Amino acid sequence: MSTVSCAKCTPVPVPAPIVPSPNESSTAKWVGATVAGLVIWALAYSQLIPFSDWLVARLPVDPRSHLGAAISFFAYDTPKVLMLLTLVVFAMGVVRSFFSPEKTRALLAGKHEGIGNVLSAGLGILTPFCSCSAVPLFIGFVSAGIPLGVTFSFLIAAPMVNEVALGLLFALVGWKVALTYLAFGLAVAIVSGWVIGRLHLENWLEEWVRNLRTTPAELEPEQIGVVDRIKAGLEAVRDIVGKVWLWIIAGIAVGAFIHGFVPSSLLAEIMGRDAWWSVPAAVLLGIPMYSNAAGIIPVVEALLTKGAALGTVLAFMMSVIALSLPEMIILRKVLSIKLIAVFIGVVGAGILAVGFLFNALFQ
Amino acid sequence: MKDVKVLGPGCKRCIATAEMVQAQADKLGVPVSIEKVTDYAAIAGYGIASTPGIVIDGKVVHAGGLPKPEDLAGWLAA
Repeated sequence: MSTVSCAKCTPVPVPAPIVPSPNESSTAKWVGATVAGLVIWALAYSQLIPFSDWLVARLPVDPRSHLGAAISFFAYDTPKVLMLLTLVVFAMGVVRSFFSPEKTRALLAGKHEGIGNVLSAGLGILTPFCSCSAVPLFIGFVSAGIPLGVTFSFLIAAPMVNEVALGLLFALVGWKVALTYLAFGLAVAIVSGWVIGRLHLENWLEEWVRNLRTTPAELEPEQIGVVDRIKAGLEAVRDIVGKVWLWIIAGIAVGAFIHGFVPSSLLAEIMGRDAWWSVPAAVLLGIPMYSNAAGIIPVVEALLTKGAALGTVLAFMMSVIALSLPEMIILRKVLSIKLIAVFIGVVGAGILAVGFLFNALFQ
Repeated sequence: MKDVKVLGPGCKRCIATAEMVQAQADKLGVPVSIEKVTDYAAIAGYGIASTPGIVIDGKVVHAGGLPKPEDLAGWLAA
């Protein structure tokens, strides 16, 4: 999960005075404003290349020099990435307003392993939940009788295949890579969860979790209208983009440096497909690194354009965002060290397999 | 006196939720006693899977994210 940053928290309204429930004319206003916003977004987006060319042309730097290449990458990518991120986060905020952890739990209840793992990994992408909810969610699932492996499929998919990762990959690297990432991210979550389920490790949960049995609360459905969903999207933008923009700029700066200064031959040698050891090295390197998808993807793009092998880069990215130390520390409250080690081992092996498979397939 | 429990491990949103409940109750003139439940086992015992959660007079009315102020008013007035 996006761990301590709480980036996946349910979008929520700000404390505000009571407003009368929206009538039809205010709904029309909100929808109209949203459409207008999207049109302005598209117009601004179409002007980005002219803008960055104009900016670089005004600087006393040769556009063909290393520094020029780095600056032009930075000047074009920063607004592009931030704009695309805003759009994707808004869309996901609206989509997520249709889901909640409680609804997801109800959908998963009584599902067997196998189909349960598949459903769980898919719902992991769509369900909004915040890192401070990771432990309540885990206990809420397991104590309501959802199998451990199915719960793990959810917990693995949620951070790995998040909207920020997908949106940025789509924008920066292309739809083929984005779709393959989606497919393999889901596959790792499904298979890892299934394997953990097969190992029957329930005894490795902390004892109080193992003994807890709860009955899901029956919540009355809260009234959510179109305006609320638009507001949820805006709130997600404020929440997520407000938190990750610095990471993104740092990521783009690193990407710009790689773009302008790191020679291709060096990267191709270290991260190229001929170096078999580069995949495990990338996974190991990724575990202690904690970044969210927003920061890592501009780096991914730069590595790819410099000849790094796709499988190696994807393995690195998956490892950075799916296996993170802060998440382990949070989960330590409910899992024994042994179970956390199995979790890292199984997910790490899955990522490794994806890396090798990619490098073998895309020769 | 309404007995309100705010369920959550103590994150920013849980604190904000408790403050919203208090503010709304003051506004409506409803006397409330607010208790924060931070123990994971106790939270799970209420049957929710996301926090913050709100329990009013023993009934879970909300889970996950800050509540909408108008919903809060409705629960407190009921």
